[in-house]
Amino acid sequence: MNEEKTQEKASKIDLNRRDMPRQSPEMRRNNFDEVALGYTEELARAEASRCLQCKKPRCVTGCPVEIDIPGFIGCITRGDFKGGIKKLKEKNCLPAVSGRVCPQESQCESKCVLGNKKAEIAIGRLERFLADWEAGQGKVDLPPRAKSTGKKVAVVGSGPAGLTVAGDLILLGHEVTIFEALHKAGGVLVYGIPEFRLPKAIVQREVDYLKALGVEVFTDFVVGKTRSIDELLEEFDAVFVGTGAGLPWFMNIPGENLNGVYSANEYLTRMNLMKGYLYPKSSTPVKKHVKVAVVGGGNVAMDSARTALRMGAAESHIVYRRSHAELPARAEEAENAEEEGVIFDLLTLPLAYIGDENGWVKEIECIQMELGEPDASGRRTPVEKKGSNFRMQTDAVVCAIGNSPNPLVPATTPGLDTTKRGTLVADPETGKTTRDRVWAGGDIVTGAATVILAMGAGRKAARAIHEYLTTGKQ
Amino acid sequence: MKKVIERSMIVPNMHLLVVEAPEIASKVKPGQFVIVRGGDEGERIPLSVADYDTEKGTVSIVFMEVGASTAALARLNAGDAVATCVGPLGNATTIDTFGDVLLVGGCYGIGSLYPVAKELKAKGNKVSVVLEARSSYLIYWLNKYVPLAEKVYTITRDGSLGQKGHISRLPDVIHGMPRKPDRIIVNGCTYLMAHTSEVTKDLDIPVVVNLNPIMIDGTGMCGVCRVTVAGQMKFACVDGPEFDGHDIDWKEFLARRKAYVTEEAMFFRRSDAPAHNEGKCAWHE
Repeated sequence: MNEEKTQEKASKIDLNRRDMPRQSPEMRRNNFDEVALGYTEELARAEASRCLQCKKPRCVTGCPVEIDIPGFIGCITRGDFKGGIKKLKEKNCLPAVSGRVCPQESQCESKCVLGNKKAEIAIGRLERFLADWEAGQGKVDLPPRAKSTGKKVAVVGSGPAGLTVAGDLILLGHEVTIFEALHKAGGVLVYGIPEFRLPKAIVQREVDYLKALGVEVFTDFVVGKTRSIDELLEEFDAVFVGTGAGLPWFMNIPGENLNGVYSANEYLTRMNLMKGYLYPKSSTPVKKHVKVAVVGGGNVAMDSARTALRMGAAESHIVYRRSHAELPARAEEAENAEEEGVIFDLLTLPLAYIGDENGWVKEIECIQMELGEPDASGRRTPVEKKGSNFRMQTDAVVCAIGNSPNPLVPATTPGLDTTKRGTLVADPETGKTTRDRVWAGGDIVTGAATVILAMGAGRKAARAIHEYLTTGKQ
Repeated sequence: MKKVIERSMIVPNMHLLVVEAPEIASKVKPGQFVIVRGGDEGERIPLSVADYDTEKGTVSIVFMEVGASTAALARLNAGDAVATCVGPLGNATTIDTFGDVLLVGGCYGIGSLYPVAKELKAKGNKVSVVLEARSSYLIYWLNKYVPLAEKVYTITRDGSLGQKGHISRLPDVIHGMPRKPDRIIVNGCTYLMAHTSEVTKDLDIPVVVNLNPIMIDGTGMCGVCRVTVAGQMKFACVDGPEFDGHDIDWKEFLARRKAYVTEEAMFFRRSDAPAHNEGKCAWHE
């Protein structure tokens, strides 16, 4: 009944999904500034006012952290941005980040009733608008902290899962200390996602916000090496492990150790965290490549291919074994890449890398693929087309086919069970691991996934840790 | 940020850096390394730990000044701060009762083998040492090794101390020893480790090398340190840095080690950072 009414209402409403201003492709492929410029107030209010304010909002069911989406959108419509950001932050402590990097088209926005008319509300853009509006106000309001419980929590890893856990538990009155292996906090948000998609100043803002709330952050501290989980448990009442998916996969094909063949982690970390994109102003050396082939079809592959263009490559290719429809990347990122001139070599699988006499990659031996029957994931399995081998010239390859969980913590923590895939065994509802007083969440549990899923897992774990700290129940 | 307790040039171009890092000092074992950044915008470079003092909470590193990043480290002085010094990383050297162990050190490796020698001796091994350098004036810490070792041999390219020649003279040293060593442990530049592995191939002695590839995070995340060991892809940071020298694909390893030689040189040439002039020509004047 409600559904019908909503549908009926839909036929009368504004179906003009407002575009977000972006740098033009010609311009942005030559700089590292953020591509999407964000809604203006007018655009945000116009977009927000299209929302039908469904009684049973389906969008919320598509959100891993269950944000009150109609609630914050309603605030924007009324011009109550302060109320809107408050509503957002009830469920999501990193809105400026998730507004930019969440795959909204397969989550909240995919459930919007206006999707039937191909005019779903741009929820992600509105979320981003509010977060940026708040940042623009200069002073961010610090929410009140609960009375100190005297309990201490160690958070291992400062990626999206760890930041969420820290943000939640500090407000509940616990003392929180984050341990980060690299020299900057933020995890994949600083080493992986490029500046043009997620400016590092935004991540820094979120980290500074946590620090202002009282979270202590130790960088250059490798848990598992500098100190073990067991040693942390002597000092802390609970430990959260959010060490991410930090062990790059290779395909086990000939030539992968040639110079010029990078893991996406190396390529992107060198550019982002190590500021290689500023080379030669920065001291991290970066090779100048003419033609770059990125293997893979996810967000990391798009980030790598677009970075290569910005670093001056004449040609940047995505080499992906399935077709366009199966690309795991956010639709917007694939579209941005195409607009910028990234060339998509679809249904193509590398078989070997061929090097020159100095050990640098010069060619890729590839084979063409066709799509067969759907596999367990529901995607059609690519099958090699016999005799379709060909060679592609290139002077750099970026392997962006995924990551295993980082083994440092599991390998040095007795009793912390792992699955066959190397991920930590943890309760999906609470993040509780097989070790007493140890919780985990994010890619270390799920294998490589998204920022928002890691944030969702962090939220659940924070809830469980809080319960343990206040009631003793695990 | 970690405090520099001492930074001095021990022989031309070779520096000793002592950093206040009690967490690392209490954990580090021989053969492990730390990742260091000289300045805030600096590169992350892996450096073997040459010594440590648990009581004082200090970690010592010996490094050679070769490029922009090591030059930045060489400009630090007592009281300054290193932007990053993180670790201990990698697996420790296997210390067991092997019997007779021959340590082969060159360059910064002379420093990094020192804690290995101490631990091996404490375990009851008979330790002999070969120090290799271009000339006698580049050999350091000789008198630190003398009380630990059965004998300290030296090989210098100009013959100014000990055997004249390159590390290819190593078999001669071994044949001249009263007993064939049960194990050889090498640390130093890639050439030293590759050549030692090469010239000991037929001696039927296990050779352990401590690899020094380019790294970024040092925790397995970036994969830049990958190396082919017995036909398998390994990450030196988490699977190593020690491997059987006879199993390494040295040609590939050398090529990967040199990946950024041109860029490093370009940077150094363009860099307007002042050079120190300890023990070498003040070319910036």
